[in-house]
Amino acid sequence: MQQWLESLHPALLALIRVLLFVVPILLLVPGFIWLERRLLSWMQDRIGPNRTGTISKNFPIKFLRGKKTFGLLQPIADGVKLFFKEDVTPKSIDRLIYFVAPALALFPAFALGGTLPWGPSHGLYGLLTPIANVDIGILYVLAISSLGVYGVVLAGYASNNKYSLLGGLRASAQLISYELAMGVALACIALASGSLRFIEIVETQEQALFGALPAFQNWFVFTPYGLLAAVIFGICMVAETNRAPFDLPEAENEIIAGYHTEYSSMKFAVFFMGEYAAMFVFSGVFATLFLGGYNFLPVNWQYLADQGGGAAGLWQFIANAQYWLSPVFFLLKAFLGMAVYIWIRATLPRLRYDQLMFLGWKTLLPAAVVNFIAIAIWIMVSKVQNPVLGTLAALISYVVLFFVFKSFIGTNKEARALEKRTVTYAQFPTKPDSEPAAAQ
Amino acid sequence: MIAALPTITPNQITFLALAGLAAMMAVGVVALNNPVRSAMCLVVNFFVLAFIYFTLNAQLLGITQILVYTGAIMVLFLFVIMLLNLSGKQIFPEKLDAKPVIGIAVGLGLFGLIASQVLLPMQKITKINAEYAYGSPQAIGKTLFTNYVWPFEVTSMLLLVGIVGSILLAKRKI
Repeated sequence: MQQWLESLHPALLALIRVLLFVVPILLLVPGFIWLERRLLSWMQDRIGPNRTGTISKNFPIKFLRGKKTFGLLQPIADGVKLFFKEDVTPKSIDRLIYFVAPALALFPAFALGGTLPWGPSHGLYGLLTPIANVDIGILYVLAISSLGVYGVVLAGYASNNKYSLLGGLRASAQLISYELAMGVALACIALASGSLRFIEIVETQEQALFGALPAFQNWFVFTPYGLLAAVIFGICMVAETNRAPFDLPEAENEIIAGYHTEYSSMKFAVFFMGEYAAMFVFSGVFATLFLGGYNFLPVNWQYLADQGGGAAGLWQFIANAQYWLSPVFFLLKAFLGMAVYIWIRATLPRLRYDQLMFLGWKTLLPAAVVNFIAIAIWIMVSKVQNPVLGTLAALISYVVLFFVFKSFIGTNKEARALEKRTVTYAQFPTKPDSEPAAAQ
Repeated sequence: MIAALPTITPNQITFLALAGLAAMMAVGVVALNNPVRSAMCLVVNFFVLAFIYFTLNAQLLGITQILVYTGAIMVLFLFVIMLLNLSGKQIFPEKLDAKPVIGIAVGLGLFGLIASQVLLPMQKITKINAEYAYGSPQAIGKTLFTNYVWPFEVTSMLLLVGIVGSILLAKRKI
């Protein structure tokens, strides 16, 4: 297998790599839709789709007759429905841009994973993944995710509908705001791992936990700076994919359906597909950056096996299984990310526009910058002095920067009071004197 | 007859396809009436230009081109165009005066100036692209923080002043 792959022309091998990434996503998108509907209904204490795919009374195997299959065929039914729906195209639209926009929304979702590894860099998987092992892995993800806004904005513009336009404008403002915090959070990881390649980031996470426990892996989510970066990146990730609670561009109770109001049938389905594919690939990026990529548990099985002892054979077996099953583990982590996306959607109400901007610019961005400075101090002091002093310096810098940030946020109370737009019940201008008179 | 034709390498095909698309889109930016379509042409032009940088092994330059110009600046352009909601013909009335003539003359002058500086050094080029690691983030980072650390810091200060100034102009109360 490996020799055959090595003998292939590089272009053909690259094509195989692309297909191995894109085809599974295309096949999994219906699964995501099913997962979302089932999980949402479970979380909201509803039944959800459970009838589609009920096995018929005439099925040859007797004990399966009349059994329900958790609505597994629901996404296929949805797909068929969307495909046969009437395709309404409004008259006064910008035709070219109107038709290009769904494709532009789909492109970044699939291109995003171009540098993402779903298996180890040595052996067979080294040939099959990532699609391009370039020096600019993280920057590539940032660049492509920033292109995601075009599909939405152009759809909003070309539809020639004020609600669509509002949705498009909201999307562009939202994506620009959250890209910055995302970029700084990614820069923290680049600093900590010393590389922009995803493969090397995963290999950094396979090193000894806190530099002291070689049996365990140092996933970035276990370290304080990595945890903060993970939280920031996670929030920005949800905002970048326009998912609840950041689904202002398609807020159905404010602007109908936002940018895809005028899209029907398959063109709407393409937007839908792009959203789910982007969610999945972003979950994969999150898993690679913070959750140790394709490693199932944060344990260095190979190290344990090399230590010898009675269980060395077992550790060696697990280490081999870890290598060969790594794509499965990567998929599992990405599915975990999808489940968290759905969980967040079921839990949190939609943000208001000013809350969105406050969160993006005044909370996430300063937090990410504080994290960045603390990591830089930690690395510098660790390299010049020793790791213990470095950790101490990083902790002190966290505290100092937090109070600096607090003092800045609290300085202009008048301006904040003016910006505060939440209306509480007590603030309503009630007229106790005139109301009974009006009632009479 | 066929042997007389110059052989075309895959590199040339890639370059011609990318450069041709970039040039067409550059023409489209000024030729199209609709401002949104012009902006989209500029987006595609920047995007394709990044791929030309990739073929030259200037990876960081190419990805920065996409990140900064395609992903950030052009989104802001589109945002502003859509907020103003301009329709093509109202904002570009065709007038017959000296402006096009002066514009073309200045454009040709600028072209000549750049060409005189670029074309001569280009005669010495023998290779089709740089070495693999030439444009990598590591190489550029090392150069920036050793040889050019003062220009880099001064530029960053300038940008910081620009950010503070723009916030001060746009919003008095923060």
